[in-house]
Amino acid sequence: MQKKSEIKKSLLVSLWFMFLTFPIMVIRVNPVEKLVEWRWRNMVIVGVGSFVLSFVWRYMLRQKEAGLKRIYAGGRYKIPSIQRVSEDRRLFIPLLAVLSVFVVIFPFIFSAYQVNIMTTALMYVVLGLGLNIVVGLAGLLDLGYVAFYAVGAYTYGLLNHHFGLGFWAVLPAGAFMGALFGILLGFPVLRLRGDYLAIVTLGFGEIIRLVLENWNDLSFGPSGIANIDRPSFFGMQLSLQSATVYIYFLMITLALFTVFVVNRLQNSRIGRAWIALREDEIACQAMGIDKTKTKLSAFALGATWAGMMGVFFAAKTTFINPASFTFLESAIILSIVVLGGMGSIAGVIIGAFVLILLPEYLRAFSDYRMLMFGAILVIMMVFRPQGIISNVRRTYKFEGINVPGEKNK
Amino acid sequence: MEYFVQLFMGGLTRGSIYALIALGYTMVYGIIELINFAHGEIYMIGAFTALIIASVLTLHGFNEIAIFVLASLAAVIYSSAYGFTIEKIAYKPLRHAPRLSPLISAIGMSIFLQNYVLLAQTSDFLPFPGLIPEFGFMKKYEHISSSAELMIFLTTAVVMVILTCVIKFTKIGKAMRATAQDRKMAMLVGVDINRIISITFIIGSALAAVGGVLIASHIGQINFYIGFIVGIKAFTAAVLGGIGSIPGAVLGGFILGWTESFATGYVSSDYEDVFAFALLVLILIFRPAGLLGKSGSQKV
Repeated sequence: MQKKSEIKKSLLVSLWFMFLTFPIMVIRVNPVEKLVEWRWRNMVIVGVGSFVLSFVWRYMLRQKEAGLKRIYAGGRYKIPSIQRVSEDRRLFIPLLAVLSVFVVIFPFIFSAYQVNIMTTALMYVVLGLGLNIVVGLAGLLDLGYVAFYAVGAYTYGLLNHHFGLGFWAVLPAGAFMGALFGILLGFPVLRLRGDYLAIVTLGFGEIIRLVLENWNDLSFGPSGIANIDRPSFFGMQLSLQSATVYIYFLMITLALFTVFVVNRLQNSRIGRAWIALREDEIACQAMGIDKTKTKLSAFALGATWAGMMGVFFAAKTTFINPASFTFLESAIILSIVVLGGMGSIAGVIIGAFVLILLPEYLRAFSDYRMLMFGAILVIMMVFRPQGIISNVRRTYKFEGINVPGEKNK
Repeated sequence: MEYFVQLFMGGLTRGSIYALIALGYTMVYGIIELINFAHGEIYMIGAFTALIIASVLTLHGFNEIAIFVLASLAAVIYSSAYGFTIEKIAYKPLRHAPRLSPLISAIGMSIFLQNYVLLAQTSDFLPFPGLIPEFGFMKKYEHISSSAELMIFLTTAVVMVILTCVIKFTKIGKAMRATAQDRKMAMLVGVDINRIISITFIIGSALAAVGGVLIASHIGQINFYIGFIVGIKAFTAAVLGGIGSIPGAVLGGFILGWTESFATGYVSSDYEDVFAFALLVLILIFRPAGLLGKSGSQKV
């Protein structure tokens, strides 16, 4: 009986989706040549696909509800496996050793193409960690993150083009410019509530891109800036091959530095203030935390990483134009943070690798990349809002002590 | 002077479209306090559906009026269906989640729908047939306005009046207002919240579809990305008028339309979108509650 109604439900869902996708999936028109193409096969795919998926969807919803009930019933909280690994030294140290050896020999055993992809993935790790400060820790949804990335990239591009300044001189300047723009934008808008903030940052991101596209005297318009210098190695210009490897190692260093800083920030006074602000703004203010200052610091620090990565991006590709800094870029970085788990460093790293490397290696699916990103955002929010690796706040365990009146958890 | 009138009429046309789409934002926000990011995409899907149906009907040799009516009808039906489905998939499971979750889900939905249309159809700009009929009596005023512009304005006005009547005088409208005021209380007095939310999404999407068909047939081309910019601008209009307020959305739409029209006409057309975004940022900084919005204090 149960089964019958389930199948009926799925059939209805499948019929509904076949109806819904009919004009867009089945018919393709060519208004110029006045041709109409009927693609009935797509309808079959949609029908069968939604039939199967509706079972999966309902199963997952039930799983989620069961999980929620367990937590309410006071069940044991499961410590995520990644945390168990990182706390168990016998496992953690060899794992770390293997990983570092792999990281060091990576550019020597794989082709330059692979090294380039890896560098890109690492860049997104850093961008994700930067955005994680804003979205994950402070709970401010920033949809214009790419604007700060663009600011960094154009800082290097312009300073290099006009004054011939090198990568190392501009890297701090780019970070500073990112932070400056973060403060400039943050100051007026941080009084706004969460969802307004999202739209204003989105608008700001678009303004920066449009200005770069139209202000030809400053930014050379849509044609962009070419022939930007690669990073020099103690004053030497490297060949393309060795520069790739050099940039890779630079990126590794930067990524480690970022992980270190973000990790320290997370457990610092200000990091705790961010988390408190995210959890409850009013309670947080009542505890004497300056709301504006705390939000602003999160915004500026997040933007700093974007500015720095912008400089790096310009140095890596040696060519920048406004087309690299669209809203989609912000959306990708946001997907990384959401998929990995907001507020979780390990999660963001894994999220970046999954979202950047998978589409690179699954070339056949590269067209579906953005489609998947969109779907990931929705699915993660519906079924697992805490991300792949949820951020577990540091807890202290009493070992061997039984607190009276409370079960030893 | 003629140039001024021309810009004024252009602004009125744009404003009408923004108002139509802004209504969807404002109604949804009024009821579930969610910025329905995918609303711009609904408008885009409406335009695409109209284009597809119109092309098919043209090949089968229907006459112009029939094509216009049927294509618009299809657009409205399909957009409403999409709005309904999106709410069920992406927002309903998140009704009790923290505020950020449905917003991220909405952004995901928006990206998904854009790419869905991109993959299923094409990334090129498609020419959109001029569905709006030409009126003979507008010939005299051709130098300042066109029949399409007049039609857009009139349709918007009619739709607004109908919507106001629905919300003011029908039972559903009453239930919608009750839900917007206090969801829990409305539930207690027997309002089916889920049904009301669905209906809100359906009405909002239908309005967006009307806007989509009108503007696409006025401008003459569409692609999968048109929903994004228009969506943000319509949102700006909704915020400008005070989000949650229906007359506010209309007022905001017209103000934004005129601002853009005059700014591009007298200042520079390169920065068309910048004006809208700058206006958005400025309003939110100086008057976050909007022109007609209530600035209520937050309860703890």
